[in-house]
Amino acid sequence: MTAPVFEQLVVGDVVVERDLHFTRDALVRYAGASGDFNTIHYRDDIAKSVGLPGVIAHGMLTMGAAASPVAEWLGDAGVVSDYQVRFTRMVPVDGTEGADVTVTAVVGVLDAEARTARIDLKVVFSGQTVLGKSQLVVAFN
Amino acid sequence: MVNIEIQGKVYPPTAPYLVGREKVREFARAVLSEAPLHHDPEAARAAGYADVVAPPTFAIVVQDATLQQLLADEEAAVDFSRVVHGDQRFSYTRPIVAGDELTGVMTVTSVKQLGGNSMVTSSTKISDASGAHVVTAISTLVVRAEEAAA
Repeated sequence: MTAPVFEQLVVGDVVVERDLHFTRDALVRYAGASGDFNTIHYRDDIAKSVGLPGVIAHGMLTMGAAASPVAEWLGDAGVVSDYQVRFTRMVPVDGTEGADVTVTAVVGVLDAEARTARIDLKVVFSGQTVLGKSQLVVAFN
Repeated sequence: MVNIEIQGKVYPPTAPYLVGREKVREFARAVLSEAPLHHDPEAARAAGYADVVAPPTFAIVVQDATLQQLLADEEAAVDFSRVVHGDQRFSYTRPIVAGDELTGVMTVTSVKQLGGNSMVTSSTKISDASGAHVVTAISTLVVRAEEAAA
């Protein structure tokens, strides 16, 4: 991937689009990496006992993984200075099928003086947005 | 219901968290990122960092220690089994880099009660060993109402 150039960004441009595949293995891996061992992320019986359809992905896994295509696109051309999301829907992760999540990153706002770009993420599972107001601010070098 | 009196409460600083290179790589793999800055110390040094750079949501690992203080606080009365993550934000002064020793100080900035649900917003300021600000992590936790007795 060629490194992005701030001056070439245009509001509304799609900078990256990526299909993410979550599996139960990925949830266990995230639990270990983050230290979030809430049982609703690996045990169907407990997830169902609290009214969930089954095991769901960590919201923070969805938030983290949604930023990864942008980090890969950005390379060393800048840094993420701000990242916010609202958790609007959960992502159930089936034991055999897993879950497919699509991330589309669009240039939302450009600040030429500060050399920052707000990248808006659309994160969709099963036709529905799972993260609301999902915005990354990238500060270019 | 969460005790509204904890609004404004500041918790003690957490024990220093030493960011390890392998932990950064492990976290990057877990969030499905192959960006060289997260994995390759040489790439990170070439970009001007002392070591591998953590992904933007890595700060949750340090923030979590402060959220555990809130959950353990009897005065706050947060029922963990009813907690849902409402929103999350990270505002960085600089990226987290392996070798950083980070400490978090959490302030409960707002407690709202609505129809039996409670919303607790907390702001954790994370600083390095020199005391310089690295990132502020802000979370809103929604504590769902208890079901009415049948």
